[in-house]
Amino acid sequence: MANDDIWILGINMTKFGKHPNEDVVDLASEAALAALADAGVTMADMGVLAAGNLMGAAAGIGQQLQKQIGQTGIPVFNVANACATGATAIRTVIMAIKSGECDMGLAVGVEKLSGAGMLGAGMGAAASDEWTPSGRFGAVSGLEGKLGTDMMPGVFAQVGMEYGHKYGGTSFELFARISAKNHSNSTLNPLAAIQKDMTFEQIMAEPMIAYPNTRAMCSANSDGAAAAVLISGEKLRTLSKEQQRRAVKVSASVLTSDPYEEGCQILPNVNTLTRNAARQAYELAGIGPEDLDLVELHDCFATAELVHYDNLMLCPEGGAVDFFESGAPFRTGSTPVNVSGGLESKGHPIAATGIANIWEICHHLRGEAGPRQIEGAKVGLAHVIGLGSACGVHILEKSGL
Amino acid sequence: MADQIPLVDYLVLGDSPHLVANECTNCGARYFDRRNACASCSGLTFTKADIVTDGEVRAFTIVTPWMPGTAPYVPAVIDCGGTSVRANIVNTEPDDQHVTLGMKVRLTTFPIGTDTAGTEAVGYGFEPAN
Repeated sequence: MANDDIWILGINMTKFGKHPNEDVVDLASEAALAALADAGVTMADMGVLAAGNLMGAAAGIGQQLQKQIGQTGIPVFNVANACATGATAIRTVIMAIKSGECDMGLAVGVEKLSGAGMLGAGMGAAASDEWTPSGRFGAVSGLEGKLGTDMMPGVFAQVGMEYGHKYGGTSFELFARISAKNHSNSTLNPLAAIQKDMTFEQIMAEPMIAYPNTRAMCSANSDGAAAAVLISGEKLRTLSKEQQRRAVKVSASVLTSDPYEEGCQILPNVNTLTRNAARQAYELAGIGPEDLDLVELHDCFATAELVHYDNLMLCPEGGAVDFFESGAPFRTGSTPVNVSGGLESKGHPIAATGIANIWEICHHLRGEAGPRQIEGAKVGLAHVIGLGSACGVHILEKSGL
Repeated sequence: MADQIPLVDYLVLGDSPHLVANECTNCGARYFDRRNACASCSGLTFTKADIVTDGEVRAFTIVTPWMPGTAPYVPAVIDCGGTSVRANIVNTEPDDQHVTLGMKVRLTTFPIGTDTAGTEAVGYGFEPAN
């Protein structure tokens, strides 16, 4: 029988940052075992495992993990969906539970990225002594830097600039102030890779990577893992009162890809698929953006955070600059955004990110976020986007059980 | 003149260099790469469409290269009469005083190197129109 309500029973993220002495299996094991302990269950209770490690997508992180923490013979889905890999792992487990194939499952995302540099492969041809057209563009040379850029900082810089061209009001300083908000938030998050308060002037003075994104406005490449145990509502109601009280309701779980629009194969359109995911999620949850107590959105670059205020409909269309200037996305505002510090300071171990942002929301809904607790938080939204593109949106609600 | 070859196959050289797109005969969607089908309507037939060489900067960034001593470059999205084109902004200073959103630009071509057979590869970019 199909299950129609889904809950997070346990969830964990490791410290993000440099883990020179642990490999991806160590980090995944740490997060998975901690999530199981948080849930009060064991691997023997899991009916499905979905796991992602984008940089090692061919290696089968799910089975590698099982060989350390429990080879129980359950189906494993190794997932890869760019920066939305973690959200895709969660979504996969949710689909398995919803289908009625099992009543509990584990989702894990892990990455080791310290020192990886700028991500994004250049399209085009290999070097040769004689010009030889190859590839889908018939290119005689690599195209990175010759015909634009595929490097993430430059791609997302253009995403923010395009928004500025369309609606006005953006500037280098505005993007730096958005980044300063997140760096300030990170000082309250002991699991963040970088906990350093920075003024917007300091951020603007950092080395320029891709205008208007300086180094401090780019997500921090770091190591880390996150894991979540998901459960059907029916099964949850058979567990202890304490497990039921700490469980977090998944009111919406949505995954979208980018629909065709003019220009979307020139510069990736990260807007429409996010808007589509948000619209579906609000409808499924019966919740509007005005009901959200906090939002963790995919600020892979400061320029990205701005456009997602609009895409997630936290403001009227075209109103993202006014929304920021009003103070709404600050900790003390009406819709706090990225109180974890965001990817710019918390870090962005790619496959872990889409579970870690859900962990942050759960932490607040359970009232366990300590000094950075958003008081009385009852509902939150977690958003990730992976270029290519994939967008995951989850709406989560405090347990009423 | 030495033999020339375009950097990409959708750049047409000659007296009036321009870009040419694969246009879906069903829905009109335009692409610069080799196609299997149309991403918009799944149509299977395409025709060649010349792209106008004047445009407007819709988005840009200024990338600071890793290699010391290499100049910054300016990736941009150019709106060429309703068709988006990807290129660098060239022939102007790579800073936010000289490159601005909405600025008018035009296509230009330039050599990017010569191979061992003496063939010159030619790339394209967009330069300020004024």
